Amino acid sequence: MKEGIGVDSVNATGARRVHQNVVVPFRTFTAITGSGFRRYSTYRQATIAGAFTNTVFGFLRCYVLLAVAGAAAHGLAGGYDRAQLATFVWVGQGLLAVVLLWGWTDLADRIRTGDVASDLLRPVNPVLSYLATDLGRAGHAVLTRLVPPVVTGLLFFDMYLPKRWVTGPLFLVSTSLAVLACFGCRYLVNASAYWLQDVRGPMIAWALGSGVLAGLYFPLRFLPDWVAVALWIGTPFPSLLQTPLDVVVERDPPATQAGLVALQAVWVVLLLAACRWVQRRAERKLVIQGG
Amino acid sequence: MVDLRPYVALFRGQARSLTSYRASFALELSTNVFATVMDVATVLVLFRVSRTLGGFTLHEALLVVGLSSCAFAAADLAVGNIERIKFYVRTGLLDAVLVRPLGALPQLLLMDLPLRKASRCAFGTGVLVVAAATAGIEWTPGRVALVVAAPLAGMVFFSAIFVVSAAVAFWWVETGEIGNAFTYGGRDFTSYPITVYSGWFRRLFAYGMGFAFVAYYPALALLGRADPLGLPVWVGYASPSVAVVAAVAATAVWRVGIRHYRSTGS
Repeated sequence: MKEGIGVDSVNATGARRVHQNVVVPFRTFTAITGSGFRRYSTYRQATIAGAFTNTVFGFLRCYVLLAVAGAAAHGLAGGYDRAQLATFVWVGQGLLAVVLLWGWTDLADRIRTGDVASDLLRPVNPVLSYLATDLGRAGHAVLTRLVPPVVTGLLFFDMYLPKRWVTGPLFLVSTSLAVLACFGCRYLVNASAYWLQDVRGPMIAWALGSGVLAGLYFPLRFLPDWVAVALWIGTPFPSLLQTPLDVVVERDPPATQAGLVALQAVWVVLLLAACRWVQRRAERKLVIQGG
Repeated sequence: MVDLRPYVALFRGQARSLTSYRASFALELSTNVFATVMDVATVLVLFRVSRTLGGFTLHEALLVVGLSSCAFAAADLAVGNIERIKFYVRTGLLDAVLVRPLGALPQLLLMDLPLRKASRCAFGTGVLVVAAATAGIEWTPGRVALVVAAPLAGMVFFSAIFVVSAAVAFWWVETGEIGNAFTYGGRDFTSYPITVYSGWFRRLFAYGMGFAFVAYYPALALLGRADPLGLPVWVGYASPSVAVVAAVAATAVWRVGIRHYRSTGS
């Protein structure tokens, strides 16, 4: 902290100091990201347990979807062949942990206990600092939670391997956008604690809705077309999982894929803007527990 | 004869505390049901894409789903909260439970009974009733007995799985989600005819751990279908007995675990 961050008198609600140079906030951001990565690398047992469980569910879902494709007309289920479904399932089981669909209550817990007060005193926007931590976490998850299920899938099933060179970079972009979008959704669900204190209700609704609407239980193309389109445009859920998975199994021609990724980007902008707005509203009315 | 009054008192206290926030409780009851609704809806979506699944039609598959979700929801209601054992071990609450002159397991279950999950149980039973009524079953006294016994046995079976998964926390507190692979994973496994799976994975889950006997074999016996995998028809009628074996095994694991428990220290 050579730059003197932390001794500054700026806080989250006060007027923001205009930085003469962008290097300082950038360094702060990368430092928090690094610490997020290190924090999650200390949860070794939980990481192994999580990867194991995702792998077991990978087998369950893969067999079920392969049976669907086996009995469907022309062996195509929702436009996917068997190899594409295998890739869809196994990459999905890994991405589930990378975007962290479930189990993030850090912000809600801190709001409930009042610890969030110390977040607000820091000279970094809380949305940005939580985002930085989350990116570190996601980077750690790519190494520890995405690789094991994908390798297991490759060992036990015939998986579809991408054929177009453009799929690689597009998948990378799409996954990054999915992480950002999922962070935005989780932040908003957690931030409801500013008003509700007890977030069990929104949390249950999120856990139930996100799995099925993001395409984890079955590809959304299994639904009638108009439902799938309405979900894609009207909700952020398909942008969390379904889009990167469709990109990696090359379900659509490149132009359509680029369009879906652009739609993800739109959702990311909307969600992060909503996070900032909600955070500002919350700070204006917030009364920290206990005075 | 065991004196049940303390347990009844624990249960009534728990029920009173839950229902004192009536609006919140009603909300939780109604949102919780969606967990089971989603499971059933997923099966319906899959049948939109293909006419059969593992050689079974929609009505036959719904019977399997009904048996599975009814059994799982009942077990989840009765003992599902034992998942919180990690929390009890970490906070030392388990020590307080152990010094009381009551059984540790029933206390833990009654202290935190998730009554909000009752709605799932009702929905699961509803699916089973509808499936049994529409699957074209030729009812005999044996089948009537089986359609009642199978979900009850399934409930005991899933309860045993919950208890064993939780007991692992006595050796390894940070079990994380490993238990989920067998509790929720078991529910997913039993929701489909086991002909869907194959190889060592099917042998392990279906026969090694006994999940085939929760819904698949009872459903075959109810429908009067021969097992494509070659087991005789009487297996369906005998499958509730697997629950007894599971319950005995779970009790043994729990006892060993409790004895192994050395508190969290400090």
